[in-house]
Amino acid sequence: MTFQSFLIKYAEIGIKGKNRYLFEDALVRQIKFALENVEGQFNVTKAAGRIYVNAESNYDYDEVITALKRVFGIVWICPVVQLPDEGFDVLKGKVLEYIDEVYENKNFTFKVESRRSRKNYPMVSQEINMELGGAILEKFEGTKVDVHNPEVRLRIEVREQFINVYSKEIQGPGGMPIGTNGKAMLLLSGGIDSPVAGYMIAKRGVTIEATYFHAPPYTSERAKQKVVDLAKLVAKYSGPIKLNIVNFTDIQLYIYDKCPHDELTIIMRRYMMKIAETLAKKSGAIGLITGESIGQVASQTLQSLAATNEVCTLPVYRPLIGFDKQEIVEVAEKINTYETSIQPFEDCCTIFVAKHPVTKPNINVIKSSEQRLSEKIEELIKVALETVEVIECK
Amino acid sequence: MEAYLDNSATTKVYSDVCDKMREAMEVQYANPSSLHIKGVEAEGYIKEAKEIIANTLKVQEKEIFFTSGGTESNNLAIIGTALANKRKGMHIITSSIEHPSVSNPMEYLKELGFSITYLPVDKEGCVKLDKLEEAITDKTILISIMHVNNEIGSVQPLEEISKIIKKKNPNTLFHVDGIQGYGKYMIRPKKMGVDMYSVSGHKIHGPKGIGFLYVSEKVKIKPILFGGEQQKGLRSGTENIPGIVGLCVAARKGYENFDEKINYVYELRQYFVYQLEQMDGVTINGMKQGEGAPHIVSASFDGVRSEVLLHSLEDRGIYVSAGSACSSNKPAISSTLKSIGVKKELLDSTIRFSFGHFTTKEELEYTLQVLNELLPMLRKYRRM
Repeated sequence: MTFQSFLIKYAEIGIKGKNRYLFEDALVRQIKFALENVEGQFNVTKAAGRIYVNAESNYDYDEVITALKRVFGIVWICPVVQLPDEGFDVLKGKVLEYIDEVYENKNFTFKVESRRSRKNYPMVSQEINMELGGAILEKFEGTKVDVHNPEVRLRIEVREQFINVYSKEIQGPGGMPIGTNGKAMLLLSGGIDSPVAGYMIAKRGVTIEATYFHAPPYTSERAKQKVVDLAKLVAKYSGPIKLNIVNFTDIQLYIYDKCPHDELTIIMRRYMMKIAETLAKKSGAIGLITGESIGQVASQTLQSLAATNEVCTLPVYRPLIGFDKQEIVEVAEKINTYETSIQPFEDCCTIFVAKHPVTKPNINVIKSSEQRLSEKIEELIKVALETVEVIECK
Repeated sequence: MEAYLDNSATTKVYSDVCDKMREAMEVQYANPSSLHIKGVEAEGYIKEAKEIIANTLKVQEKEIFFTSGGTESNNLAIIGTALANKRKGMHIITSSIEHPSVSNPMEYLKELGFSITYLPVDKEGCVKLDKLEEAITDKTILISIMHVNNEIGSVQPLEEISKIIKKKNPNTLFHVDGIQGYGKYMIRPKKMGVDMYSVSGHKIHGPKGIGFLYVSEKVKIKPILFGGEQQKGLRSGTENIPGIVGLCVAARKGYENFDEKINYVYELRQYFVYQLEQMDGVTINGMKQGEGAPHIVSASFDGVRSEVLLHSLEDRGIYVSAGSACSSNKPAISSTLKSIGVKKELLDSTIRFSFGHFTTKEELEYTLQVLNELLPMLRKYRRM
């Protein structure tokens, strides 16, 4: 028995009042995007508070489910069997066949829930429920009816053209459709955390753009490729990500020349934030996203976070701020970025890292160190911004 | 300017090799096992290739077996003879500077119950012969030692080794990983007392995915791949005719005007090493001038991380390896460098330059000039 259609259920966006259509349209758009690279023809329609994905050709079931499970805003995916109306006896036969195929283990409690939008169907909903329920009980001895808390809810929907039969619900990722909550700039490194941070903010409907700081020859072409690969993995959820690659070498070496080495990382990160913010404002992003979590490394103590935060005027979103490493790893594994993240290429934050970097930077001390950069730093930043390489990741 | 100095990782293919391979794919594309005339014609390629390759080693055609490359040749030689001879004993000897395609099969055999002795090497990367002699017992069935080390270019005295082996236990088989040696030396397995010799196509300006194993007819060996019983059952699988043809052309060309070609590469090496030695803070690893392989220079640069130097050179069109690039692209510390006692602080500062038939003196001059420019800058900015 093949599923010709998928009923898409969404929860949170159903309650958005007058703006509801905006959310639904965004969800339809994201579903279409997710299905672009899936083999087969699909028609995505919005009807009476529901979204249907109808297959119009042969397709691979697992591939479709995998794609839909990545669309933020979807709460449940219900594979639907569409039957033409050939009389109730045929329907009954097909329903039994459906139960037989879909449920390997036939010991479960169930309930039949029918709805008729085609009111001239010869039986009313209650009659359909009873007839089908009886037939199931008779055919499958291990089944039992439970109208209050059934394990299986078998839905029968008598519609104009078809009768829909479904009972399976596959959990979607939740969240909100991309494009409904503005755009933010993700500081993407090659590590485990930043792709997860991007994923989490994207989950709330935010469009993601990303910035990566490249420091050749201290970081390699492969390190850059790894970041592109990570952006592509996140893009499977978030939609296309514009990745800005900033050549950071000269700025880094200049800081190395002029500033105390134990302050290097903090000062470097302050300039990264500044540059990312400039790029963000240029492209209309209204927030920054980082993968920081309190205390994970020297540059992520509260004092260090305060020192890096101080250079920005845009809000900085840090969705992992209260996460332990293991919790971050779990999400990274779920979204399939972990394996790419752990490839051993050096990133630009570690190449000159001091043995004992400051962990409680004093903002005034940092600022006075930065005074020593006043001669050339603006020019270097300008050059870095002018030479940004942009890669469209999808 | 571009300077490709990573010929021990892989080489550029001769254009004759490409032409001949194209012909094998577009014209004589049949399966050599097919009974019809096209199959016979394809089989002709294999025969011709075996003849030419056997002639470079002065061995019999029937002693040449084509494989998918160096890794498979080494695996077949080691696992194939270990399994075929285990009733005579389960002891195997190898060196501590072998390529992973030798040392990992050894570890696999260890899991199967074989005992493996790893021989130490001296500071030039040469196997300690007295230790070898001590290690051989009447249970030793196989000794596998590489011809030329891929990281530092040290060359093992194969004839001396084989004499020691035959003296202590004439039944012990001697396998040589010749992946960096073939095409660089005249090899006479029969005279040298080598029973098996592994070769890879892409290290000699031939294609990737092809290699061969010389197996002396006296050797008892079992297959490690099972299937249609091609190549006398030792290596099943439809023969990779384009690869075989390409390998054959590369082997023939490599041994044409051999002395002239090798002297050319030697002179390049001599020049390059001499110039490097004039620089501050540079140590050349491995054997003395004139003793090591003609195509490999391993140099440690004090106070510079090899990966950073590699990428700086790359930026100027110069391609080299850090340690050994052949086995993987992971920046792992090389066991060969450790074995020859390279100082700890230099382990991560070592670069391999390797030459081929296409390398020119201009490329080396350019590389030296770039090194002179880069090193002071790179030494200034270092990790604290």
